[in-house]
Amino acid sequence: MATLEIKDLHVSVETEAGDKEILRGVDLTLNSGETHAIMGPNGSGKSTLAYSIAGHPKYTITSGTVTLDGEDVLAMGVDERAQAGLFLAMQYPVEVPGVTVSNFLRTAKTAIDGEAPKLRTWIKEVKEAMGQLRMDPVFAERNVNEGFSGGEKKRHEILQMELLKPKMAILDETDSGLDVDALKVVSEGVNRVKENSEVGVMLITHYTRILRYIEPDHVHVFINGRVAESGGPELADRLENEGYDRYQGAQV
Amino acid sequence: MTLVTDKPHNDPQTQVATIPDKSRAERLTSFEVEDFAVPTGREEEWRFTPVDRLAGLFSDTATDADAVSFSTKVPEEALQAALAAGVAPRGTVLVPGDRGSVVGSANSPEATYIKVPNDAEYAEPLRVDITGNGAGRRVNSHIVLEAGSHSKALIILDHTGSADFSGNVEIKVGDGADLTVVTLQRWADDANHLAQHDAVVGRDATYKHIAVSLGGSIVRMNSNVRYAGPGGDATLLGVYFADAGQHLEHRSFVDHNAPQCKSLVTYKGALQGETAHTVWVGDVLIRAEAEGIDTYELNRNLVLSDGARADSVPNLEIETGDIAGAGHASSTGRFDDEQLFYLMSRGVSEDEARRMVVRGFFADIIAKIGVAEVVDPLMEAIDAELALDMKGEA
Repeated sequence: MATLEIKDLHVSVETEAGDKEILRGVDLTLNSGETHAIMGPNGSGKSTLAYSIAGHPKYTITSGTVTLDGEDVLAMGVDERAQAGLFLAMQYPVEVPGVTVSNFLRTAKTAIDGEAPKLRTWIKEVKEAMGQLRMDPVFAERNVNEGFSGGEKKRHEILQMELLKPKMAILDETDSGLDVDALKVVSEGVNRVKENSEVGVMLITHYTRILRYIEPDHVHVFINGRVAESGGPELADRLENEGYDRYQGAQV
Repeated sequence: MTLVTDKPHNDPQTQVATIPDKSRAERLTSFEVEDFAVPTGREEEWRFTPVDRLAGLFSDTATDADAVSFSTKVPEEALQAALAAGVAPRGTVLVPGDRGSVVGSANSPEATYIKVPNDAEYAEPLRVDITGNGAGRRVNSHIVLEAGSHSKALIILDHTGSADFSGNVEIKVGDGADLTVVTLQRWADDANHLAQHDAVVGRDATYKHIAVSLGGSIVRMNSNVRYAGPGGDATLLGVYFADAGQHLEHRSFVDHNAPQCKSLVTYKGALQGETAHTVWVGDVLIRAEAEGIDTYELNRNLVLSDGARADSVPNLEIETGDIAGAGHASSTGRFDDEQLFYLMSRGVSEDEARRMVVRGFFADIIAKIGVAEVVDPLMEAIDAELALDMKGEA
């Protein structure tokens, strides 16, 4: 049982016009086995939340805390956060020329576990996970994200989530740019990890359609850098019908 | 809208003393020392080079006694009697193209001559190990490499130690032969090396020149190719890694003077540290008679830290439209922090992530080199360079 606790988180970024505050006091608690959907309009700060938790240097935490089982996440380096059990599936995964997927996965697994995986079981595990995500075996010899289609990049992110077995996974708009078939495959992957582990999932999305495949326990509406409303799955249904207009007028 | 500034921008380029050549083919070559004045740095072909540090190598001076040790490991039948100036094949391929080369040539009374006999195929690489015995000590070296028709061999020139080293290498690739020449610059930090490597590629022959420059204070290498008949295939590959204070310059000139030939030029380099400087100038000339040829040249540079500078200049001169293909690409990029973040967000440490990115950058050219004797020590050397940097920054 693990808990990711975000308290009164304020985050700003440097812009040409000076520092700009994007997160204005975020409170969220995510427990193992739970799935929280974070929904909000573009520019509301959803991705900033994801990248701040992962430790991207572009974002400055001005106040607040993030802890994983009481440990101060904000004091950790980017690699240490991953080693502690945090995982971020990125909206725009980065190309790494000359580094093959298989080398990358093995290196990451070794770094997370603190020891190299046993070769034979590892190869089998990778093959199976790739098969379930309907990825061609030749994929393993391609360079990380180089020339991948949008759908391939997202599958590759979920493949990592399956293999690295995080305690807490943040999925940043994993549904964006996917057709229905790809969305189903990716959602099945997330659901498999949920079934086979105690992972807590923070599902960041603009649209409700991924929630047809991945069922959230909690839904949070994110407006202007903070949580405007929290509720159960029924809140997503309401957003589906009404959109975010209801909240927009209430912006400070 | 751009505003007109009150002061005209003074581009030092516009004040170059000499008139640029109309064609690359017109550049002077000569065996006479007096034909080449000592460069001032204002000449087009010397404008990137710190010529003030090369006075020793520009002087018309004999080799210092015991300044260098040569160790030649080649099959007995391949090692020929040394060649005096004017004794063929010496001088049939290489005519000096600049001051560094001409003083080296004039002061090399004897050239090492290695000839792979016709039809011979050597599985083991032939080696010439060249060790400089002291910084600033002058060495003039001339090596003639010949691959007999339909022979196959790999020759490695390995430069270590320190010296002011003037190295001319002329390479004659016989018809149908397959020759790979590797030149490793693994000098100590205080060595200077000016090199001219000229090759003539025979009919249907395959020639590969691989330059690996890691050490030395200044390394400046001209690698030139022309063809003796149709069907020749030339590949010039280069890998370099410049640290603070190092100047590594690679120039190539592929003279497509025969029809139905191919050339591929690929140089990749990394730079780290204040004042690290690399230069790549790739000239390709496609003459009117070079119908049906195919050429491509590429240079990529990865800048790992502030203060380093990479110059990259491709020149493609085309005198016939009847060709299969001609292209070039050049780019210099900074180390991508987003790649670092992506790898680290998967638990990989910063050091390991940097290593992965740099190894990845070199991966395709390493695969092209494909020679274990070169690749293994090269990857080790790159890892060592990176380790040095990480330690230095810590």
